[in-house]
Amino acid sequence: MLLTRRIEFSASHRCVSGELSEAANHALYGAESNESGHGHNYALEVTLEGEPDPVTGMVVDLKEVKSVLERAVVAPMDHRHLNHEVEPFDRVVPTAENLAVEIYRRLAPEFAAGPARLRSVRLYETEDLWVEYEGR
Amino acid sequence: MARVLLGRRYRFSAAHRLHTPLLSDEENRAIYGKCNYPYGHGHNFVLEIVISGELPPVTGRLLPLAALDGFVREVILSRFDHVNLNTQVGEFSALSPTTENLSRVVLRRLESAWPHWFGGRGVKLEKVRIWETGRNIFEESAGWDSKKEELPLDMVTTKS
Repeated sequence: MLLTRRIEFSASHRCVSGELSEAANHALYGAESNESGHGHNYALEVTLEGEPDPVTGMVVDLKEVKSVLERAVVAPMDHRHLNHEVEPFDRVVPTAENLAVEIYRRLAPEFAAGPARLRSVRLYETEDLWVEYEGR
Repeated sequence: MARVLLGRRYRFSAAHRLHTPLLSDEENRAIYGKCNYPYGHGHNFVLEIVISGELPPVTGRLLPLAALDGFVREVILSRFDHVNLNTQVGEFSALSPTTENLSRVVLRRLESAWPHWFGGRGVKLEKVRIWETGRNIFEESAGWDSKKEELPLDMVTTKS
């Protein structure tokens, strides 16, 4: 079965690609490309998959899930500037899409040994924009 | 390369009255209750569009959001916001504008216009989800209507 844990973090970023002109960046990213950057309250939904333990009735200890998410995502990203302080966004555009993929890549090894495997992450940049990645 | 899903939410407010000519007035009242009151009522609808595709490595952006927003604004919001669905949206001239049907009508219009706006970019329209209120939520996936004759196709592109 699936279970989902939600966390929040706040970070600043700026979306510009070094391979595009200033005009092309502005056309593609709009206000996200503004020179001085801006920030969001990100919300992350992490969905895990596993079988409930026959004794405890739990797939996984949610306290442990919480501490993994705080260590792997919140600690390095909360109140940081993604472009300047979080790898690989010094060279990868920190769009919601790329951030969702990066968070998935950081979390997958944390859950590789079970008991719950990482199924997907859904990152809300605002309540009107989310990106989901299943590792494929 | 990474395949991602992207969801984007929009809002529109519209009036509707649930009523079908296939049933008597009495049957309509019994089935739809207050949703059948004669002068209609309205909702602040929330529309979520879900698209998918391989993430372009250079941009990290599935589609320019301004283009996606412009598409939804032109194809849906400009026709559905602050209108009466029963009288101003062609498909509902003989179809009860439940939010189930609304979801399918919206999806049908988006699917019809999608190739013109975004064809050849490798990005797929996956589904729509509509919140009628915070408590009633409806979802339909692209391709649900393999039997396209059920709703008249010519209504899909009719400007309301």
